Amino acid sequence: MGDLIGKSVKRVEDYRLLKGEGKYTDDFNMANQTFAVYVRSPHAHAKLVNVDISAAKAMDGVVNVFTGKDIKDAGIVGSICGWQVDFKNGDTMKEPGHPILAVDKVRHVGDAVALVIAEDKGTARDAAGAVEVTYEVLDAIVDPKAAAQDGAPQIHDDVPNNTIFDWELGNKDETDKAFKNAHHITELSYHNQKLIPNAIEPRAALGHYDISDDKYTLYTTSQNPHLARLIIAAFVLSIPEHKLRVVAPDVGGGFGSKIFTYNDECGVLWASKQIGRPVKWTADRTEAFFTDCHGRDHVTDAKLALDADGNITGLRTKTYASLGAYLSNFSTCVPTYLHGTLMQGAYITPAVHVDVTAVVTNTVPVDALRGAGRPEATYCIERLIETAAREIGMDPAEFRLKNFIPPFDGVKQPGYQTQVALQYDSGNYEGTLKKVLKNAKYEKLKKERDAARADGKLMGIGFSTYVEACGLAPSALVGSLGCRIGLYDAASIRVHPTGKVTIFAGAHSHGQGHDTTFAQIVADEFGIGMDDVNVVHGDTDSVPFGYGTYGSRSISVCGNAIMKSVDKVKEKGARIAAHKLECSPEDLEFENGSWTVKGTEKSVGFGDVSLTAYVPHDYPENEEPGLDFTSFYDPANFVFPFGAHICVVEVDKDTGEVKVVKYFTVDDAGNVINPMIVEGQIHGGLAHGIGQALYEGAVYDDSGQLLNGSMLEYCIPRADNMPLFETDSTVTPCPHNPLGVKGIAEAGTIGSTPAVVNAVIDALSDYGVKDLQMPLAPQRVWAAMQQAK
Amino acid sequence: MSVNGTGYEHDVEPRTLLVQHLRDNMGLTGTHVGCDTSSCGACTIIANGETVKSCTLLAVQCEGAEIKTIEGMATNGKLHPIQESFREHHGLQCGFCTPGMVLSSWQLLERNPKPSETEIRHAIEGNFCRCTGYHNIVKAVQDAANKG
Amino acid sequence: MIPVSFDYKRANSVSDAISLLQQHGENAKILAGGHSLVPTMKLRLATPETLIDIGGIMELKYIEDKGDYLAIGSGTTHCMVESSDLIQQKAPGLSQAAAQIGDVQVRNRGTIGGVLAHSDPQADYPGVVLALDATIVAQGSGGERTIAASDYFTGLWETALTEGEILTEIRIPTDSANANSCYLKFPQPASRYPYVGCAVAMSASGGSCSDVRVGLSGVGEFAFRDSGVEDSIRGQTLNESSIASASAKAAQGRSVLSDVFVSEEYRRAMAQVYTKRALTQLS
Repeated sequence: MGDLIGKSVKRVEDYRLLKGEGKYTDDFNMANQTFAVYVRSPHAHAKLVNVDISAAKAMDGVVNVFTGKDIKDAGIVGSICGWQVDFKNGDTMKEPGHPILAVDKVRHVGDAVALVIAEDKGTARDAAGAVEVTYEVLDAIVDPKAAAQDGAPQIHDDVPNNTIFDWELGNKDETDKAFKNAHHITELSYHNQKLIPNAIEPRAALGHYDISDDKYTLYTTSQNPHLARLIIAAFVLSIPEHKLRVVAPDVGGGFGSKIFTYNDECGVLWASKQIGRPVKWTADRTEAFFTDCHGRDHVTDAKLALDADGNITGLRTKTYASLGAYLSNFSTCVPTYLHGTLMQGAYITPAVHVDVTAVVTNTVPVDALRGAGRPEATYCIERLIETAAREIGMDPAEFRLKNFIPPFDGVKQPGYQTQVALQYDSGNYEGTLKKVLKNAKYEKLKKERDAARADGKLMGIGFSTYVEACGLAPSALVGSLGCRIGLYDAASIRVHPTGKVTIFAGAHSHGQGHDTTFAQIVADEFGIGMDDVNVVHGDTDSVPFGYGTYGSRSISVCGNAIMKSVDKVKEKGARIAAHKLECSPEDLEFENGSWTVKGTEKSVGFGDVSLTAYVPHDYPENEEPGLDFTSFYDPANFVFPFGAHICVVEVDKDTGEVKVVKYFTVDDAGNVINPMIVEGQIHGGLAHGIGQALYEGAVYDDSGQLLNGSMLEYCIPRADNMPLFETDSTVTPCPHNPLGVKGIAEAGTIGSTPAVVNAVIDALSDYGVKDLQMPLAPQRVWAAMQQAK
Repeated sequence: MSVNGTGYEHDVEPRTLLVQHLRDNMGLTGTHVGCDTSSCGACTIIANGETVKSCTLLAVQCEGAEIKTIEGMATNGKLHPIQESFREHHGLQCGFCTPGMVLSSWQLLERNPKPSETEIRHAIEGNFCRCTGYHNIVKAVQDAANKG
Repeated sequence: MIPVSFDYKRANSVSDAISLLQQHGENAKILAGGHSLVPTMKLRLATPETLIDIGGIMELKYIEDKGDYLAIGSGTTHCMVESSDLIQQKAPGLSQAAAQIGDVQVRNRGTIGGVLAHSDPQADYPGVVLALDATIVAQGSGGERTIAASDYFTGLWETALTEGEILTEIRIPTDSANANSCYLKFPQPASRYPYVGCAVAMSASGGSCSDVRVGLSGVGEFAFRDSGVEDSIRGQTLNESSIASASAKAAQGRSVLSDVFVSEEYRRAMAQVYTKRALTQLS
């Protein structure tokens, strides 16, 4: 209603962040605080024979040293899994425990075996080096497919074949039939490699138990402080929930890795009570490589069936998904409900069958990482699509246009029911593709590519047209699928007596710009200035119980909770205004910050009504004072953003180096509150997706050692690895939420990885290269060219 | 050493890194630690007019040095033009790499007031950002150069 | 992230540093810019008992034209080397190498002497000083001596410097080959250390190569002069085919590093590619 929604308002959080005044967890200190260091296993799989802490404990400045036995004796079992996915035959999912400190066995390099607490960081580090641990090294298993085979080293006693569950979705018989009758079948087998998140701020925790009021406080690097509190209080440490305050202050990037409640943070809080002093722990980068939950790690065989006219008739996948050594909070839903359910993509595919076996391996636990399941699904589909188009000699854009689900807005046309459980809300897939073709000048681009090839240079064009599901999620629906939490969000709007407003948001901002976007919505709706609104988030003592920020849900779930509270303020405000204007609320219209009697000039302003609500002298009968509402918004469906990407690469013939030279996107995330912020999210997402395609990937040896566990070996994209991005959009509003919004933070990642790989394969088409394993490091590309020669 | 224009004297353990000294002893928490391999650049500060990674310097090596941190960039609460360009062009998201990124941009523009896109990308290769894909950072530096 | 405790001594002059080294013996290490040493100390891979900081010795920071050679003080930073007009003119390969080391922050602080004393197999400079036929000057309690670059690198992390010696100067001949030199690098994508760093200095007249020196960094356990390439191209007319057959000899007969990321085969191939590119650039 105002003029703020849809504007690229500059971010209000930037002043303090630019001046170095952001307050991240490690920036907080408490009086009398101590410093913690975890002693970690150098072995991937070993029996823990003995942990000798005597020398460490005797050192000057060491406060205490704890082992797994101490924590076990305290009756603490460690962190939990929040989503139950049962076996195909109905057997219950295997759920091996994950102790805070290892007791009998270590199961990945980095598994914690002791917690050292000292007066200063240096002493804590020195003492950690003095803890003597005796291991009996066991054979390790790191390959997800091999882990499920008979005879593989068994990681947990109660998990035969290392198999946590097997799972399927779709119609197997129909899919079998489609393949039986297929005119053409396209096949790919690949490893969607393990990624290491590397948010630039390492995880940290500052825990304190205050004996005077029997209350715990935990400052921590979390994307969802209320969820962290719930898990810690109710499941890990058994603290009465009201006695625990969790604060997630400024957080330096998450990308999923800070959704989870890690054992490390729980250990810090527990130890603070044991020693009666605050305990601070900050991971160093090496520790982050070995403990932050990794992402992806799917080994997949995928097939696509086509009829003689080039119509897709069936899709079948078999995936072995590693969950790492232990089940992280949402590890189990990533390869299933966030992956299998997306397997239809943007296409009319009449038969789909997805089969997933989830296993444990001797590697760092795997959980959601930017996109979480959807990048894996999109990679599978979009690689198959492009490969199929090439095999049948059809232009990849034309092949997509032929097979797309036709446009539907979810209002005049119903939502689209897929073969894999989801009902898409609204989509116009051909709209984004046609627009990106135009923006990229596709016909001209093809000529350039062909001319370059004639000139001996390798240029390639790759596509990706994705649909994703985000804005998690209808609580009852996910509950029926095994989710053990709700997935609504919450927001309070407190209008102060002077007409200024504070939003208390359940979502957490760690780069997404909520302080700006949320304020834009409210300022716009109330017809007040941006300066009149501020946003509070991240502190369980002040914000209502929301489930936090992940899965591109902040605007579509928390944003709509804000809208519900906005509506409540407006309704009550109208009653107060009607009393003041001596009319009925129905006679009023609210515009530009005032309630006006329709057809007259009689009006009362937002500020007047606010003051009246708190100084209720002349006030409607039976109306409570105050103007302060909390709302919970549980979405009716997921939201389904979509888009089309074109990537243009050059490959160095001599070295195999790949350079992304142009990148075009047209994304559709429904209505947009702040285009500047949305574009920023797309850029960052693209860097992650391009990173997976070309640079990133954990490499383990057979003994379970991570061979690239540092920034000197694991390649994080740098400025000179990236092109300028050419982004654009279409707008197909979400039909089922008040703001008409979808989500955008993961779309860039989900869409881009296959587009890059498709482009490289296109560049190498003269060599007959059909597929390459990610990341497309120079050596791999070079080797493929050599082989073709 | 002098930090942001004020002289200080401290006794420190030789093994204290400059970044620890700034953050823990002086409370200047705008300088961040993102890695332990001198890779990420979140700890970038200016020492005697040149950017350095404060995680790779011992505090004792900086005796007598003139140090400037991100806290010293704005004057009287007004953002430095480079900071202003970062805000204008949405060159930051979570803000963790931002102090280092701003100081590296400053160093570039000191030495090369009209850099090309390639030169900008080369100049900030020692600063990792996981949020922005660098697109808007490049735009911000270009804008700061155009203003300067 | 935090090193093991150590004693810190600041040397105010070269002689001061030498006597401190004598005093503290083998458990002491020289700290120049610190950009090779401090990271390894933070990871506790190096645990010296004493650090002797020579970073403040201003007499080690200089670039001077001595007529027959350029004299570069060991305390000269990569940034100074990169931006020196003198070096760009008389030994462009050296400034090109300096400009590709680490990143701006590292170049602002790291020193040429520090890199050469460290002899990291993955450093950029070693191949360059070989190609430039440089001389290393070391000072110890017995006085000053010079070491030819070709005798300097003796193994993985090993040099001809003896205990108690400090590298003080690098001398680059101002010959016509060095004036026509370059350094090309194929970086490891994460660390940006060279998988292959190829330095070539070549004098050419009338379209043929009268003299040439080729140094390779990153390829083997330590940098080496590639005489196979040199012998093949020296005296030849510079054209596509002579360059191709010379560069095909790169790293031939040498033991070449290999790991899970980069095979020996690939590294050899890249040594050839980069040698070819460097020779082509100078022709």
